[in-house]
Amino acid sequence: MMSLIIGLGVVLVLGILYMIFRIGNLVGLVKKDEEVDIESGNSIHGYLFLVFTILGLGLFFWYSFAHFKSYELPVASEHGVVTDNLFWVTMVVIVVAFVIISLAMFWFIFKYRYDKNRRAEYIADNHILEIVWTIVPAIVLALLIFTGLKAWNDITGPASKDAEVIEIIGQQFAWSARYPGTKDNVLGHHNYKLIDASNEFGLDLTDKNSYDDFKSLELHLPKGKEILLKIRAKDVLHSVFLPHFRVKMDAVPGMLTSFKFIATKTTQEMRDETGNSKFNYEMACTEICGKGHFSMRFLVVVDEPEVYEKWKASQDPWLKLNPEYMKYVPVALQEAAMINAGIESMSTPAPVSVVSLTK
Amino acid sequence: MATVDLHTQTDVHHDDHDHEHEHHGNFWTNYIFCQDHKIIAKQFLITGIFWALLGGMLSVLFRLQLGFPEANLEWLRPILGGWITADGKIDTEFYLSLVTMHGTIMVFFVLTAGLSGTFSNFLIPLQVGARDMASGFMNMLSYWFFFLSSVIMFTSLFLSTGPASGGWTIYPPLSALPQAIEGSGLGMTLWLVAMALFIVSSLLGGINYITTIINMRTKGMAFTKMPLTIWAFLFTAIIGVLSFPVLFSAALLLIFDRSFGTSFFLSDIYIGGEALPNQGGSPVLFQHLFWFLGHPEVYIVLLPALGLSSEIIATNSRKPIFGYKAMVGSMLFIAILSFVVWAHHMFVTGMNPFLGSIFTLLTLIIAVPSAVKIFNYVATLWKGNIIFTPAMLFSIGLVSFFLTGGITGIFLGNSAIDIQLHDTYFVVAHFHLVMGSASFFGMMAGVYHWFPKMFGRMMDYKLGQLHFWISFVGVYMVFFPMHYIGIAGFPRRYYSWTNFETFNSFADLNMLVSMAAILTMVAQFIFLFNFFYSIFRGKPAPANPWNSNSLEWTTPRNPQHGNWPGEIPTVYRWPYDYSKPGSKEDFIPQHIPYSETPESNLPHENELIKLEMGEGAIVVESKKH
Repeated sequence: MMSLIIGLGVVLVLGILYMIFRIGNLVGLVKKDEEVDIESGNSIHGYLFLVFTILGLGLFFWYSFAHFKSYELPVASEHGVVTDNLFWVTMVVIVVAFVIISLAMFWFIFKYRYDKNRRAEYIADNHILEIVWTIVPAIVLALLIFTGLKAWNDITGPASKDAEVIEIIGQQFAWSARYPGTKDNVLGHHNYKLIDASNEFGLDLTDKNSYDDFKSLELHLPKGKEILLKIRAKDVLHSVFLPHFRVKMDAVPGMLTSFKFIATKTTQEMRDETGNSKFNYEMACTEICGKGHFSMRFLVVVDEPEVYEKWKASQDPWLKLNPEYMKYVPVALQEAAMINAGIESMSTPAPVSVVSLTK
Repeated sequence: MATVDLHTQTDVHHDDHDHEHEHHGNFWTNYIFCQDHKIIAKQFLITGIFWALLGGMLSVLFRLQLGFPEANLEWLRPILGGWITADGKIDTEFYLSLVTMHGTIMVFFVLTAGLSGTFSNFLIPLQVGARDMASGFMNMLSYWFFFLSSVIMFTSLFLSTGPASGGWTIYPPLSALPQAIEGSGLGMTLWLVAMALFIVSSLLGGINYITTIINMRTKGMAFTKMPLTIWAFLFTAIIGVLSFPVLFSAALLLIFDRSFGTSFFLSDIYIGGEALPNQGGSPVLFQHLFWFLGHPEVYIVLLPALGLSSEIIATNSRKPIFGYKAMVGSMLFIAILSFVVWAHHMFVTGMNPFLGSIFTLLTLIIAVPSAVKIFNYVATLWKGNIIFTPAMLFSIGLVSFFLTGGITGIFLGNSAIDIQLHDTYFVVAHFHLVMGSASFFGMMAGVYHWFPKMFGRMMDYKLGQLHFWISFVGVYMVFFPMHYIGIAGFPRRYYSWTNFETFNSFADLNMLVSMAAILTMVAQFIFLFNFFYSIFRGKPAPANPWNSNSLEWTTPRNPQHGNWPGEIPTVYRWPYDYSKPGSKEDFIPQHIPYSETPESNLPHENELIKLEMGEGAIVVESKKH
């Protein structure tokens, strides 16, 4: 019933609008003064453009300054400071250009609106002007490009040898992190064909570096130390996005990607800075990956290096938590595996000689 | 209502076109399988309008979710059925379908086929002075391939598993694996088939456009005398012919990966509890192939709009376009550079960072010719005598969007800055303004400007202006706030942001954006009414309603097959002789020889008179159709 009434209402309104339109047409026909009509109605648009420009630019500047805090994400990485600077320098340059061009354009539109007593000037070109406005943008852009490229090369350059390596794995629709462990501090090999319900990394247990690797469902990072994220995906494309650290890199199945950066503020420091005692760093996915794309949240914790090391030492290696996988460890390496994984004694008898799947 | 209808237009004799000569054939050959470029253009236009409406509706649907996440959308169940969840929300996967289909429809079906298809077809023969396209048959095929493609794409909307939903860029593996997302099942298959047909249509059209422009210009129509619209269509067609085949190959390889077990784009995948056998492929390879079309595609969409608006701005400023050569040169430069900037869409995909540097450099170079174009538009307005026809308003809107949207490309093209902005709402704001809205406004401008030549009637002036103002303000209200949301890091293609503390804000701006989107959408119905009403009841148009110079306005109202009843006019001058000092009228059409305008000729033009005389004898040789 309600929708019927609404429907009828809409029809009525449309009918009235149509009537107004027709009457307007007829009145225009009676007046028969097309020439005059164009000119009198024409100026209105000149004024409207002027109002639009002033209001628009006013709103733009007001919102940009008054609500700066609401859209400016605090930055917490070394290269982030650099790229943010680049961003704001570019912003100043383009806002200046934008305002000048907009004002000129809309002023001309207003000033040179139709006047039947005036005639447009026959100006076809002006070489000096054209050369100037080709070269000036070219120079400005060149400056922006070179500062940008310098930053880009620094960011994407090779990581230092002692960088803290952490692996991030994307899958529909969750992240996980693998740490190289405290014993050897090297990530073990992986192979996607070894993935199963428990071995979600596809950890290759014939590699001795894999025994102390541990999994974490939070991303813990040390402050002030170079971090090298090694990124991979299990199923489809994902993208690691750490907004506060200005980090973004796709996770690609079949191809390792990486991103190096230095975090500069611990979670606690950021809480103090923002005055938000519940503040947390987060990681998001920015490459469409399926219906849960919007829910791939991964908690990120930045600690002082000592606290970070302590946390790392307190984590149980994956193998310790999944001792049944000892059967895939080659016999010769079983002792090393037990030591590195921190397994005191085998509760289940060790299989005699099961050779690893990959061999 | 009948009483109001007084047959207002009795002053011009009524529809004369049924009695005109050379009108053979039946309904089927005249209106359906027609080989006349004007009818084909109208077919493209009407189909394009249908798609624009549908694409716009889809965007309103997902804006409802983003702007009013708490709203109960139970009332949409009669239309969307199972895509509305039990608690009255849009299904999360259907949300991705909406985004995907909105992008696909708008980029390809509206702004490529609807824009180029309509105006290249309509204007090329009329403006270069040809009886029809080089191959009318191929031209007809071009439309019917497009139609078939449309039917298939439209059908995919009604599948139980939904249409394609991996984003309009259809990156594999998501688009290759039905187990990753339902839309990658039959929906994706139909998407690929539809796009393959679309590419065929686009190539048939493009080859025709190029051939016609190069070979069939009327006498005197040197390249340097062509209107900028024609230049724009020429470059567009060349870009299309060179880049669409690459998308075709990408689609083909994807079909192989999906159906025949190849591994072009797939490697090391564990999904749905099993490890797939595919190894050695590269998802990044697909992205290279896709964007090798995808980026030129941006200019395929934009250049025709720029061409149309150049013509309209010059006409309605009553002033020559400023820097004709610079305009042509910058379009040429853009067309060339458009092929070497594609990887700026891929800075953070794991591509070699060195490539990132190269593409940053090339990308920012393309900003220079774009800037030149804007300056030239502004200079054309300077000291003009501007008439705000609806077409002119939309062209001004285009320049404004091109500026606002284009200038943010300087951030995104700079790889270091792009790290943060990539795939956020900043990108959404950028390309919707610079290519979406700008091209859409160019298309609207074109419709308002050439409607009198298409249908022999005028569209309502006031309604057109109203349509412009609501759309113009609406578009800015939709896309300007998105810059802030993007700087704050909000990722695109998110169903909701409430899972994240970082993104748990801007409910207000998002609501504003959604309301503006709905308003803008509603305003398009003003256009629809105006358009269809005017086809049948509009005021009869004079042959040259805007006092314009180019050749199409020398045809009679309702030009018949063959365009000019007699001989095709010869061209003597460029199309921008507006407000020439000395001449009585403020425009001198292209077919007026210099010998007839001694009062306004520039010194070097007087010398051309002799040439005109000498050639007078051969003018008659013009082509018979």
